[in-house]
Amino acid sequence: MKNIWIIAKRELSGYFNSPIAYVFIVIFLLLMGFFTFMMGGFFRSNEASLGAFFVWHPWLYMLLVPAIGMRLWAEERKQGTLELLFTMPITVNQAVIGKFLAGWLFLGLALLLTCPMPFTLYYLGSPDGGPMVTGYVGSFLMAGAYLSVASMTSSFTRNQVISFITSLVICLLLVLSGYPPVTNLLLKWGAANSLVELASAFSVMFHFESLQRGVIDFRDLLYFASLIVFCLFTTNLVLKNQR
Amino acid sequence: MIKADSLVKMFGPKLAVDGVSFEVKAGEVLGFLGPNGAGKSTTMRMITGYLPMTSGTITIDGADIVNNPIAAKSRIGYLPENAPSYPESTVEGFLSFIAEAKGLAGQAKHDAIEHAIGLCQLEKVRHQTIDTLSKGYKHRTCFAQAIINDPPILVLDEPTDGLDPNQKHEMRNLIREMGKTKAIIVSTHILEEVEAICTRVVIIDKGKVVFNGTPAELRGRSPEAGTVTIATSKVEYQEFEAAAKVLPNVAKILDKGKDGNRNLFAVVPRKATETCLAGDVKAMMDAKGWSFVELHTETGKLDEVFRSITSNETGEKKAEE
Repeated sequence: MKNIWIIAKRELSGYFNSPIAYVFIVIFLLLMGFFTFMMGGFFRSNEASLGAFFVWHPWLYMLLVPAIGMRLWAEERKQGTLELLFTMPITVNQAVIGKFLAGWLFLGLALLLTCPMPFTLYYLGSPDGGPMVTGYVGSFLMAGAYLSVASMTSSFTRNQVISFITSLVICLLLVLSGYPPVTNLLLKWGAANSLVELASAFSVMFHFESLQRGVIDFRDLLYFASLIVFCLFTTNLVLKNQR
Repeated sequence: MIKADSLVKMFGPKLAVDGVSFEVKAGEVLGFLGPNGAGKSTTMRMITGYLPMTSGTITIDGADIVNNPIAAKSRIGYLPENAPSYPESTVEGFLSFIAEAKGLAGQAKHDAIEHAIGLCQLEKVRHQTIDTLSKGYKHRTCFAQAIINDPPILVLDEPTDGLDPNQKHEMRNLIREMGKTKAIIVSTHILEEVEAICTRVVIIDKGKVVFNGTPAELRGRSPEAGTVTIATSKVEYQEFEAAAKVLPNVAKILDKGKDGNRNLFAVVPRKATETCLAGDVKAMMDAKGWSFVELHTETGKLDEVFRSITSNETGEKKAEE
């Protein structure tokens, strides 16, 4: 546990000692604001809910989370620090979890900085607090799931571009398999109903939307948790075997 | 302290290390030599637990590197090739991370960092980020990382690479000093370094150990070792040969031509290690009343020995990576 925190602390300090943290947070907030207000019609909808805000998260994370995740292992490999890290008295597992947690905490911080949105709602009307809280929880879990995918693709390569693109594609699949226009299209093509349902059950979209309803369903938590565990486990295997 | 037993490493179908065995005790500095791609770095990476071996065992201070990696790794300080570090962190921040990763905390951690900074002369740059440092400083930062918890074992892959002559000298002194109590493995391309710091030499070539002995023994392998060279302007070769060939333990006498107006002769002994041939030759010269300007015993050239016992395939594919 202590070792995990030591690794996470170094990784986090790496973000803040370089421009990455600041550039990322500024762009994250700008894009969130732009899509929510300009594209989502936050005010026009005349609704005291964060629906117009959360609806963009699966898409924006697709671009932004791999940008954080792509460097997790690819950079260590390229700079040769992987050799330092794995000759320390630290297990591979501790390093994988530590670095993942650092990225996740950082994404959580960026997400927290969007708090003016709910405050605005409280100022303008009387929104329902439950869906907002579970929406934030869902968004954070989704960011973790994307990040674990990026951690996995990052462990395969020393090339950050390859890492970025592959994790983006995997995240895209995770979103599209439950995106109504796609599932409707599949149904129209004659795919069996049960098959389409199964596919959408694998989608982050499905579980994220379910969480936005204000109820925390155990199955949604299990989905995100198992996705993260699976990806980190794969990362672990790759790093152990591909040195 | 370090015991490697019949190490084998395959990269796919390619054999990089082929049955390497050796032992390093506390108080020894082992020089690890070999041409590029001979398997030096691969072997060091296996010792430090970075690369898993295909077969063989490594024990570090009694702990098996595969079955008990955490105990083994905590006893090793490792300076990898090219001295990697995190470019965005400061020297102090980097050392602090390494100290924590090696299990130091509180006052012990603070003292360890101060000690390492002092030994490696990093005082001036301790608050600078590593990517703003010169190569020599980067290298010393990574060396400081290796020694930070005062480990009983050091594995140093080309520790003087990228240092200027003064820094090289400092580094060698440091290694020699630490070698009195620690078990150290040093890989290098610089043959004079071997003599300067190593108590023992292992040469590997194409993944196999081709020499294991002291630097003096390595020199002794040179065909020229023990040969006495004389420079004189007074004596001709025929005269000299007649007088010298009756000396004990002389194999042959060579005419090495002229250097200016001096004649150069070489007396080759039968066995390089036997007696004092130079003394015999000098006594003979004195008895004859011949003066000479130079008389010395060749100690052998390390680079010649190195070339003769390692295959000379320059540009051969690198087995490492």
